Amino acid sequence: MTPVYLDNNATTRVDPAVVEAMLPFFTEQFGNASSIHAFGAAVGGAIRTARRELQALLGAEHDHEIVFTAGGTESDSTAIFSALEALPDRDEIVTSKVEHPAILAVCDHLEKTGRAKIHRIGVDRSGRLDLDAYRAALSPRVALVTLMWANNETGTIFPVEGLAELAKEVGALFHTDAVQAVGKVPIDLKSSVIDMLSLSGHKLHGPKGIGALYVRRGTRFKPLIRGGHQERGRRAGTENAPAIVGLGKAAALAAAHMADENTRVKALRDRLEAGIVQRIPNCFVNGDRHDRLPNTCNVAFEFVEGEAILLHLNRAGIAASSGSACTSGSLEPSHVLRAMDIPFTAAHGSIRFSFSRENGEADVDRVLDVMPDILDRLRALSPFWNGAGESAAAFRPVYA
Amino acid sequence: MWDYSDKVKDYFFNPKNAGALADANAVGEVGAIACGDALKLMLKVEPDSETILDARFQTFGCGSAIASSSALTELVIGKTLTQALEMTNQDIADFLGGLPPEKMHCSVMGYEALQAAIADFRGEEWHDDHEEGALLCKCFGVDEGMVERAVRMNKLTTIEQVTAYTKAGGGCLTCFDGLEACLAKVNAAMVAEGALAAQEAYRLGGTTQAVVKQKAREARGFVKAPAEPKPVAAASPMISLDAIAPVPAAAPAAPGGGMTMLRKIRLVEETIAEMRPYLRQDGGDCELVDVDGSTVSVKLSGACVGCQMASVTVSGIQDRLAAKLGQPFRVVPV
Repeated sequence: MTPVYLDNNATTRVDPAVVEAMLPFFTEQFGNASSIHAFGAAVGGAIRTARRELQALLGAEHDHEIVFTAGGTESDSTAIFSALEALPDRDEIVTSKVEHPAILAVCDHLEKTGRAKIHRIGVDRSGRLDLDAYRAALSPRVALVTLMWANNETGTIFPVEGLAELAKEVGALFHTDAVQAVGKVPIDLKSSVIDMLSLSGHKLHGPKGIGALYVRRGTRFKPLIRGGHQERGRRAGTENAPAIVGLGKAAALAAAHMADENTRVKALRDRLEAGIVQRIPNCFVNGDRHDRLPNTCNVAFEFVEGEAILLHLNRAGIAASSGSACTSGSLEPSHVLRAMDIPFTAAHGSIRFSFSRENGEADVDRVLDVMPDILDRLRALSPFWNGAGESAAAFRPVYA
Repeated sequence: MWDYSDKVKDYFFNPKNAGALADANAVGEVGAIACGDALKLMLKVEPDSETILDARFQTFGCGSAIASSSALTELVIGKTLTQALEMTNQDIADFLGGLPPEKMHCSVMGYEALQAAIADFRGEEWHDDHEEGALLCKCFGVDEGMVERAVRMNKLTTIEQVTAYTKAGGGCLTCFDGLEACLAKVNAAMVAEGALAAQEAYRLGGTTQAVVKQKAREARGFVKAPAEPKPVAAASPMISLDAIAPVPAAAPAAPGGGMTMLRKIRLVEETIAEMRPYLRQDGGDCELVDVDGSTVSVKLSGACVGCQMASVTVSGIQDRLAAKLGQPFRVVPV
């Protein structure tokens, strides 16, 4: 049985071409990019190429606007701390309730230590940002607005270019965590006023442990990691040359496959979504149906619990993920679904299927084959399910 | 994915006794969809012998919740109600070859459902049990009664364990004070009954809400756990202080059954002085700061400061004071 991998928002398989590009930099191309001799120069040249490949994918005006980091989390932290340090007369941050923990945890920490006041903007039932609340939070006190480009759980896209323009009106810096968006949707930074953007290699068929922070030329910037002069002094530490080369190659491949992602992959996603909703009662799609990543499908199955679904899927050789509390080790379901006000009846049973260019029609068929039976089996066990598509009114447990 | 035992997986994928039991005469319903767990346990009880002839379940929940429910039905069939009432949640977990610590609440849910079903058979209101205690955790609808039972049956001694077994405190944590008070109260009662060693019991102030929150966030992967501090050899002998220095007999009580403050302070000073050589031997020290009623404030210094075993050191001093003075003391490092 060929495994079906539909958890690409968690991580993607490294493209064989990326591996091939990286291999020489573990062996004969071992020089330190900072060295003046030929060994170093060759590696330095490869890093420059990678930077340009990333520049092209992001539509950045200058290649030196790309700062290589150890991944999305480091890029996010760098952006936040840099903004607070670069604008010392401002002490507020605007973000959303549905950001990745890489943003939320840093904001929580800054709030707890009294270093910044945090505005967490809510979302509607589709995961769209509350624009009125966003406008109201903007003031000359705001050092940084940090809003994700696309949500990792639902795929809902925030209109970051427009949001950045509003942030500029109050003189705030604008950062976007675009870890899920890069490589899936067209990005043209030179036509926007976005100051900083985070991305991660392993989300676009590149290696893990490598990422980048785009920093627009002229943006006031303070490094998070200090030491040597690498990355123009903006991120110290010897360059992870093999990973940087791999990220560059992954960026070039992503650019080449962008059209496929937005047509064929999107069609696969849509067929899966339609098939599920058609075959299984009492389920609905989470996220913005109109403005969403082309690869992400998050479906809420009422009256069953997500981990139980995942265990059955795993046995059938299908990998997906869940916003269920029981999967994460948390006791509450996903903060994203809670922020969207998805009822508990459905939030606990939400499953995310995330595609990549490596998926095909057979993957969709396999999921559609097994899902109805899995739901039937689990709902037959559920005291909330009466078989008629509605909650069993008779079930009134003691703690409810 | 959790590291489930093969038996948990088997009972999840091939649940025994699943579905409705048409002629059930004892039904227990516990949990809530908001909590992510709910169980309806249905029993067919032979009225004269009170033997459980059949049992079935319906569960909304994760793999371990379904497996625990199924295991429960297997365990109770053939038992009398009296025998069934002697079961604990640990019996369910043991039957399954263990559950991950974070999933122990699934076995507690099974235990609760069994109690509810038996109460239903006997015409009692299961609600009554819950109304005995206040609703402690609003996020997960857990009341004092449930926490008390979980603490007592499983000898829980930390807030984190209470959360793992009951879910209480797994949300906003505004119930922290209530949870802490309940845990300390039940542990104290267990100590008095001889069911728990005094040094194991949770004491008020034994942890802070911030610590519990931080651990929860670490468990969820929001933040990295701080690196474990290197063990400081100085503090480790504190565990065995009693073995090193014999504990003198309890001091004679002052006339009237009490003890003057002056005498109390002297005895505390003497106790700390007796322990000091052992602390200094390991690079640490301790001095008395204040005595207020039954609270003794001390200042740790040297290797004792920042040592991960400092709480054990404090407990050691506390136990020693209690033994020497013949009354419980709370030792607080300041």
